[in-house]
Amino acid sequence: MNKDASTTGEQFRITQDQLQKLLDVLRDQGYETVGPTVREGVITYDQIDGVEDLPIGWTDEQEPGKYRLKKRSDKALFGYVVGPHSWKKFVYPPRQLLWRMHRDNGTQKLEEPSEDYPRYAFFGVRSCEIQALAVQDKVFMGSDYRDRYYALRRKDNLIIAVNCVEPGGTCFCASMDTGPKARKAFDLALTEIVEKDQHYFLIESGSDIGTDILSELKSDPATDKQIARADELLEKAARNMGRQLDTTDIKDLLYRNAENRHWEQVAKRCLSCSNCTMVCPTCFCSTVEDTTDLTGTSAERVRRWDSCFTLEFSYIHGGAVRPSEHTRYRHWITHKLASWQDQFGTSGCVGCGRCITWCPVGIDITEEIKSLQDSESLTSDEAKAKE
Amino acid sequence: MPAKKKPKLAVWKFASCDGCQLSLLDCEDELLAVAGAVHIANFPEASRAVEKGPYDVSLVEGSITTPHDAERIHKVRRQSKYLITIGACATAGGIQALRNFKDVREFTSIVYANPDYIETLERSTPIRHHVFVDFELRGCPINKYQLLEVISALLNNRKPVIPEHSVCVDCKLAGNPCVMVGHGTPCLGPVTQAGCGAICPSFNRGCYGCFGPKETPNLPSLSEQWQAMGVDKTNLVRAYRGFNAFAEPFRKESESHENG
Repeated sequence: MNKDASTTGEQFRITQDQLQKLLDVLRDQGYETVGPTVREGVITYDQIDGVEDLPIGWTDEQEPGKYRLKKRSDKALFGYVVGPHSWKKFVYPPRQLLWRMHRDNGTQKLEEPSEDYPRYAFFGVRSCEIQALAVQDKVFMGSDYRDRYYALRRKDNLIIAVNCVEPGGTCFCASMDTGPKARKAFDLALTEIVEKDQHYFLIESGSDIGTDILSELKSDPATDKQIARADELLEKAARNMGRQLDTTDIKDLLYRNAENRHWEQVAKRCLSCSNCTMVCPTCFCSTVEDTTDLTGTSAERVRRWDSCFTLEFSYIHGGAVRPSEHTRYRHWITHKLASWQDQFGTSGCVGCGRCITWCPVGIDITEEIKSLQDSESLTSDEAKAKE
Repeated sequence: MPAKKKPKLAVWKFASCDGCQLSLLDCEDELLAVAGAVHIANFPEASRAVEKGPYDVSLVEGSITTPHDAERIHKVRRQSKYLITIGACATAGGIQALRNFKDVREFTSIVYANPDYIETLERSTPIRHHVFVDFELRGCPINKYQLLEVISALLNNRKPVIPEHSVCVDCKLAGNPCVMVGHGTPCLGPVTQAGCGAICPSFNRGCYGCFGPKETPNLPSLSEQWQAMGVDKTNLVRAYRGFNAFAEPFRKESESHENG
């Protein structure tokens, strides 16, 4: 899955009809095409058959605890950022059957889950999400303990990236160095350019498969002017992120502040509802549920998404290790931004902003870090006064 | 393998609407399996044939609202090896616990021609306030799959898979867009225990809290957010005064806004 090999950086210009052609080619090659589509007032990731399934002419306004779709004044195909779903639902689904056992006349029969997974083409993957997949690859496949089901589902994914020319209100990929332009690990990458009098896409291949697919489309080499325009939009996007996170010294900052009284302030707001971890594209925790039927002749074990915000997550003999909200919030943010680095050699945060938008009470990870940073610069008297 | 002796099951009703015990009959496809796995010895909604105790398992529906029932529940407990309460009435006092916030004598004087004949308690209370309960199954009504899960777990000597996390987790597992963040619809999901399968948010409605408070719920924070979304105190109090009004976190929160 080395997708860096044939990244030439060479860009081509295509028109919208060629995107439909692209989807057709992918489906002809046996890919299940999934991408952004409007469902129940938000943009989710589901099956898409044609360009018309994309959220054409829609944008999303995002702020802490709030997400609204709005009509755009143009017919942009990718004029929004990320919604509540992430690609994790395809490669690491919410529920995964691990095994089923049947008992019949004294014999036991093991039934293993089907391994007939679709070959997914992920259409419209943002740069932060490419990084999120890379993070999950490390988690699930980066050690001797490879996750069989993740690896199988991930194996044949095709990544059609979209560079973000308009960041969202809770985006901070520029701070995390994960966007807004996709730099690697894609098969094809698109940049959408919508001008008053023209609407086109720059497309670039990032793999041999990408190059083959690109050769089936009608394209022209992009002009210097078109490339400069795309670069200009992407640079502007990087400068206009909805949020910023100062990551200087962030690991030690969190380790130093385990006992900071600020955690109790967060706990007053935190619902411990688990939404942040569920929408996070890198959160990977799961639990196993063991069940039987009434007669006890069959049993099964299912792996299900779990969250460090539940009591059961840290339950051991005698009770939960993290009974209070403040210890649970502290654990989540410390793992995400600090101990993840020790564990996997990378930050667990890609700056997508989902945890900020989809927190029902709008707790903002960037604000919480800023509060910790600020609290260190206060004198003890000032800190007391603030409380 | 010799046939195991089937456990004797009894179903008991206290102050309730019968909806939860009917969930057992509502099992339809699984009902024959249930009847095959347990011996239904006392279930007046299903059969007039009532066998005497003791029973291996008692499913108790309803809350305690009369002095007579406050005595009767002890008799049920004495005859039952395992006592499982089912539904919001049995686990939280039910909708009839709205009386707990008022003077019940005022109600009886308005409703009944001869209130002198009415012998009722000041408050409607959950079963666990009266006797030891082995397991509580939440919901108004309970979810039949959760009921089957509890019975299966009991029959197979294992822990039932009945998570106490929020409805939000179930919404996310189902891929539901959040109605609160995405639509601005006030929702009790973040403070309510999962179990219903997130029915209301799946149909673009806010959660009504039928399964009662989740583990460690943070109601003041949710109330603040609801108020920021434009919900006034009257409607906030009403939201918490549903089927689980007397569940401690809901009670405390509704009272704090009523008197505040």
